[in-house]
Amino acid sequence: MPKSLFQKVWDAHSVRTLANGQTQLLIGTHLIHEVTSPQAFGMLRDLGLKVLMPHRTFATVDHIVPTDEVTEPYADPLADAMIKSLRQSCREFGITFFDRATGKQGIVHVVGPEQGITQPGTTIACGDSHTSTHGAFGAIAFGIGTTQIRDVLATQTMALGRLKVRRINVTGRLSAGVYAKDVILHLIQTLGVNGGTGFAYEYGGEVFDRFSMEERMTVCNMSIEGGARVGYVNPDATTFAYLEGRPYSPKGAAWDAAVAVWKAVASDPDCAYDDVVTLRGEDIPPTVTWGINPGQAVNIDGCIPDSSKAGSVDEKASIDEALAYMKLPPGAPIKGTKIDVAFLGSCTNGRLSDFQEVAKYLKGRRVAPGVKAIAVPGSQGVGALCVSLGIDRVFREAGFEWREAGCSMCLAMNPDKLVGDQLCASSSNRNFKGRQGSPTGRTLLMSPLMVAAAAVTGRVSDARNVFSVQQN
Amino acid sequence: MALEKITSVTGRAVCVPGNDIDTDRIIPARFMKCVTFDGLGEYLFYDVRKNADGTDRPHPLNDPRFKNAAILLSGANFGCGSSREHAPQALQKHGFRAIVAESYAEIFFGNCTTLGIPCLSASRAEIQRIAAAVEQNPAMEVVVDVAWAEIRFGGQTARAAMRESARDALANGRWDAIGDLLEGVEDVRRLASRLPYLAT
Repeated sequence: MPKSLFQKVWDAHSVRTLANGQTQLLIGTHLIHEVTSPQAFGMLRDLGLKVLMPHRTFATVDHIVPTDEVTEPYADPLADAMIKSLRQSCREFGITFFDRATGKQGIVHVVGPEQGITQPGTTIACGDSHTSTHGAFGAIAFGIGTTQIRDVLATQTMALGRLKVRRINVTGRLSAGVYAKDVILHLIQTLGVNGGTGFAYEYGGEVFDRFSMEERMTVCNMSIEGGARVGYVNPDATTFAYLEGRPYSPKGAAWDAAVAVWKAVASDPDCAYDDVVTLRGEDIPPTVTWGINPGQAVNIDGCIPDSSKAGSVDEKASIDEALAYMKLPPGAPIKGTKIDVAFLGSCTNGRLSDFQEVAKYLKGRRVAPGVKAIAVPGSQGVGALCVSLGIDRVFREAGFEWREAGCSMCLAMNPDKLVGDQLCASSSNRNFKGRQGSPTGRTLLMSPLMVAAAAVTGRVSDARNVFSVQQN
Repeated sequence: MALEKITSVTGRAVCVPGNDIDTDRIIPARFMKCVTFDGLGEYLFYDVRKNADGTDRPHPLNDPRFKNAAILLSGANFGCGSSREHAPQALQKHGFRAIVAESYAEIFFGNCTTLGIPCLSASRAEIQRIAAAVEQNPAMEVVVDVAWAEIRFGGQTARAAMRESARDALANGRWDAIGDLLEGVEDVRRLASRLPYLAT
């Protein structure tokens, strides 16, 4: 019977069925960071357990690292304790740690692919909901909690129920100035923030066929914001070209064998899906959020909703709650909303191509007076590439602060935080209340080029006009 | 490992209304700078419970009538967002032992089950009925029956539902999977040796 990639990978990694009906699923690759793993190591020690396959866990540090400070001890003693705790646990249990001194540190979802650790047909788990990013390679990648991190460390498995699979086709072409970020924001707006509950999303269609790996990662990254725990793209020539020659990619004869396995893991053309959704690429506009969850989004030419026109009591309540927090006028165009901060980075949009694309248009422009703009590469590797290509200089000359690698202002577990009710144009993935570090801080999610457009005009703007973006 | 069989949770209840209550709201990220989960309870819902100067804002959890509640009532898509186990840990450390909501985000639901916190789903009408009774009589004892998937309160019964694998795990004392998983370790090694990327 024809099978989807999800089914093939699930079946290949199923160890056995547990008494409660869940599957004991083998997790081939385990990624950890400093926030959600220290307690898991503590649990292991309490239970007197060892790490079963230490060579299959890889660690880095991302959430708490300051992006403007490299020498330890960090000013924040809690952050300093967390990085030291991870360093100590990795030493104790024999786990590879991409520490800052290695030059390979960065956001865990940038580092895994960059090192070639993320591979097609594998299962991946990490104590971070954006682990779905790795699905871009045709891996089944799960965000997990700390107790499950303990389970994976101790047994290289976890207990899980099988997901349904929804195929999401994006046909045709994207218009100029429309990016992968717009595709996923539009999709979440269309299907809702809980539309994906119980599903793995398989993304495909001409738009995904044409996408680079980094664009695929941007979409898969935010699957969880639409409620889907897993999102993936079938591996193809683009995937293999990206992986070839990376430090952890197979070499020589092993490479050819691996590619054959990876080709075979893609969904069979006539496999069945539990659901199918099709969007036309041409219908996707530059999209901006106006509310307090990623589904509360609007076309850049659209207006902030007016709850008096809401279709249901629920919708009215959610608009009222969001606008009370966001302090935005109902019914007004989103374009023109004044911003205080512009943030470019995160596991969603902190890769080389994100900075490259913006740099193309930012040259010769200046950040508007009064706007604080920061650019934060997703990894030391991305940072080094940007420097070698002169991209950091373009950002600096435009008035951006160019920082060291880390999660930075996406979730503000480090010194990069909004202050008071500052409004931030952000290339990150969540606009929840207080997400960027101030309990009253406000976030508008958008593509990197839209962040740049907001930075140079001081207002939410259509990047296509600000930068005269032409169709290629 | 012998675990408690969680067939029911009895206690007072409190309703925190709203849909899409996310994990950043349940426990803001800045309180996750810790290497143990101890002490997270006091930061539960911190930014919606407290003003910038640390004084209380109006919030059900600040209402003395609902002090020591063990059962949390809420809306749809509860716990969306991050995979941080800090969220269910903060709820548990604060004293919550069961949740009744319209629906849950996937990872949050799994994290709760693994900690032995039953998450039952009920219709909005049923939750409103329980919440109204609790509002009338906050001291009322509410029973969240995991085995029968129902909620009993003040002589009434509300219908609820729960995913069978979670209900089974809780009611039969295998909600923490580690014991079961460890039993399979030899099978794990065998399977790993057959997968090319793990065998090499």
